[in-house]
Amino acid sequence: MARGDAALTRTLRLLALAALPLGVVAVFFVLPVGAMLVRGLAPDGHLDPGGLVEVLGRDRTGRVLWFTLWSAALGTLLSLVLGLPVAYALFRVAVPGARVLRALTLVPFVLPTVVVGAAFRALLGEGGLLGFLGWDGTPAAIVAALVFFNISVVVRVVGGAWAGLDPRAEEAAAALGASPARVLLTVTLPALRPALASAAAVVFLFCSTAFGVVLTLGGLRYATVETEIYLLTRAFDLPAAACLSLVQVVTVVALLAVLGRLRGRAGDAVPVDRVPPRPRRARRGDVPALVVTGLVVLATALPIVGLAVASLQVRGEWTLANYRALDEPGITTALDVPVLTALRNSLQVAVDATWMALLLGLLVALVVTRRARSRPERVARGLLDGFFMLPLGVSAVVLGFGLLVTVARPPLALRDEPLLVPLVQALVALPLVVRTLVPVLAGIDDRQRQAAASLGASPARTLLVVDLPVVWRPLLAAAGFAFATSLGEFGATSFLSRPDHPTLPVVIGRLLGSPGTTGAQSNPGMAMAAAVVLAATVTAVVLVVERLRVPSVGAV
Amino acid sequence: MRRILPTLVTGALVLPALAACSTFGEGESASGGTEKLVLVAHESFSLPDELIEEFEAEHDVDLEIRQPGDAGAVVTEIALNPDDSGADAVFGVDTTFASRLLDADALESFEGDLPSGADAFALADEDRLVPVDSGNVCVNVDTAWFAERGLAEPESLDDLVDPTYADLFVTPGPVDSSPGLAFLLTTVAAYGEDGWRDYWRGLVDNGTELVAGWSDAYYTSFTGGGEDGQRPIVLSYDSSPAFTTTEDGSATTTRALLDTCFTQVEYAGVLRGADNPEGAQELVSWLLSEEVQAALPDNMYVYPVRDDVELPAAWAEFAPRPAAPYTMEPAEIAANRETWIGEWREETQR
Repeated sequence: MARGDAALTRTLRLLALAALPLGVVAVFFVLPVGAMLVRGLAPDGHLDPGGLVEVLGRDRTGRVLWFTLWSAALGTLLSLVLGLPVAYALFRVAVPGARVLRALTLVPFVLPTVVVGAAFRALLGEGGLLGFLGWDGTPAAIVAALVFFNISVVVRVVGGAWAGLDPRAEEAAAALGASPARVLLTVTLPALRPALASAAAVVFLFCSTAFGVVLTLGGLRYATVETEIYLLTRAFDLPAAACLSLVQVVTVVALLAVLGRLRGRAGDAVPVDRVPPRPRRARRGDVPALVVTGLVVLATALPIVGLAVASLQVRGEWTLANYRALDEPGITTALDVPVLTALRNSLQVAVDATWMALLLGLLVALVVTRRARSRPERVARGLLDGFFMLPLGVSAVVLGFGLLVTVARPPLALRDEPLLVPLVQALVALPLVVRTLVPVLAGIDDRQRQAAASLGASPARTLLVVDLPVVWRPLLAAAGFAFATSLGEFGATSFLSRPDHPTLPVVIGRLLGSPGTTGAQSNPGMAMAAAVVLAATVTAVVLVVERLRVPSVGAV
Repeated sequence: MRRILPTLVTGALVLPALAACSTFGEGESASGGTEKLVLVAHESFSLPDELIEEFEAEHDVDLEIRQPGDAGAVVTEIALNPDDSGADAVFGVDTTFASRLLDADALESFEGDLPSGADAFALADEDRLVPVDSGNVCVNVDTAWFAERGLAEPESLDDLVDPTYADLFVTPGPVDSSPGLAFLLTTVAAYGEDGWRDYWRGLVDNGTELVAGWSDAYYTSFTGGGEDGQRPIVLSYDSSPAFTTTEDGSATTTRALLDTCFTQVEYAGVLRGADNPEGAQELVSWLLSEEVQAALPDNMYVYPVRDDVELPAAWAEFAPRPAAPYTMEPAEIAANRETWIGEWREETQR
């Protein structure tokens, strides 16, 4: 066969794989965000660069940008530093209850930010357990909340790769006399670098676009680019909002480029063992990691315990009334449907969002990890890789209003389509799914695929016997992420929520937004009870999902 | 092969279960020959199903309610496409956002009549925005807290800067809170363009706690709202005391200070790009009907504009209305809002 034909076939296959995710992101992300940018930057059809310069020149813009950068950078750094020992302890060491703890790490992810904001303020405010720190209303509270949300990303993205890391290189180094610290620094961390870079990128994007907690914990004094875009949009200063959105996109692209460099020539590969090593018994050298893990678990549990306690009280007395009220229609005028009905809606949406995110994420991961044969192909794959990260880096408010003015209207008119909300949530989860899959997929030695092909396996069969067994575990981790992201997503969803099918975060927001301590239960108590149910649900679902195992096909 | 089988079985069991959970195949109710009518409303809009079904049957329409967020989100969505917002009518535009819809020329005139009592809330020379309900933002106090300490409750705005009440008041700021903005407007209305900044400096010096949103103030900091609050004076609504009753409903534990209130009116309107303008007119008339007006307090925590409907017993008893609340024209608010918020930031964050 001529070389040209082979290259053409490869390009076509690449395009075919990329077509679906590209199309979805184009219609449900690029189109809406683009529409908002056009409205802001060129309201009369032509670009107004003077306005752009004016907004960029404002004192406030500079302050907001600077605060966003340093709070997100600090949040990312702390999440990494605290998350690494936890990832190690939960995925590499045989810790009792590790499975449950791994599932619990997703809890902060699903808790609506209004609830977390309330829990943090209850903890840090006047009279709170940690009130003596004086963090209420300071950047420290904001950064603490960012770390609270994002440690789980580090633990799961890095932990997933760490669990499958071939231990032989570490063992060899140790056998040659390297100290544990030296093994960690010179063998383990470099091998994990792609996963670390992936986690750092995602966490930074999450931190820099955090919205609810920043508004709740620092809303009056501290603003990030994300909260500023929200406030400017509300004030109908669309040019300024569009300008900041543009700044956001440019920053994200620059960040991704830098991280792409960081990942280095080795690309995304984490060397994986086909049969993952079993977690081993704890040793004396594991003590520091175990101590840090214990502390992190405790600190993460504090706000959650706080809201569980609040859910069990009405008028200062202990009661289960808030839980009993979850299933009673018409118990409070704040709600049209019982809370448990909203939970069912949320679960339905989350199931759809999860399979959509996995389907799209798997396609994207396959496209960006196959070894490129030529420079243009490598560039194309790199660009695609970055492109699918964008949904994390753009304001949910811009996306939400953008969806309202584009796909929600004729000719598309998808507003009443039940699958619109899950699809938008799947897009929000997509970068996480991709970043969880890519390091592992890239670690598969291409020669295995070639061997399978030369033995007569079709591309589909190669995928099944070579890629799937290795990617199964991160795929489950990604499923957990997507599920949790969907259950907790509030920003973009709130614009599209169907009043007759409210999701649980929407209902919790309504309970916390209206006064009501009239019967045996109270509205804030019910909101906290609903959040506890949400947390319990995601833990249970993730525990079940992670029990699904793919057989080791190598044994076939 | 041995180990593939259990997986396939698990998959075969799990997949249909998941599919049952999916939103797929969840049919929208067939609307048949009835015409569609789309209302955009804020997230707090809520009326009994029976009332909505009655309206649909009477006018042979299929009423679809869209709730993109709070009043700010509703107004922004419409103002983004004032010529054709894809809806027929809007409800829930409040005093602070009313001007944006008028400026965007997004509304048609309402052709129906205003019921008795509504005139008092209507804008001068403006038949495009129809007043539907009103509420007042007022300072609330935890009466039990003051009784326990034998301390007289505060009554006026001036009392809040009195050292007797130092460190006791919590309020949401105007940045992202509708009642918080209303309180800023209260102080502008009460102390004038020249005096309100001094008043706020006094509040800050007297230890007032400023938080982001209403629920942060009411449920986290207020002693009468949540479980761990530390401050017995909070900014809330005149109706709030009706929702802090004892378990048997015989008494309330909070009180609104009626000399500190600011009136917010919520308006409805017919959208200019309406596909079903007649239906939209009928819908706005229906919002003013006795049945809907009587249902407003229990469903949306607001007072009807009609003066001929009865209030729920708890309201009549626990939530008396202010006699002379502060007010401000929407146009004046629109012209100054961002400036005032900027000046407020300077004053409170030095």
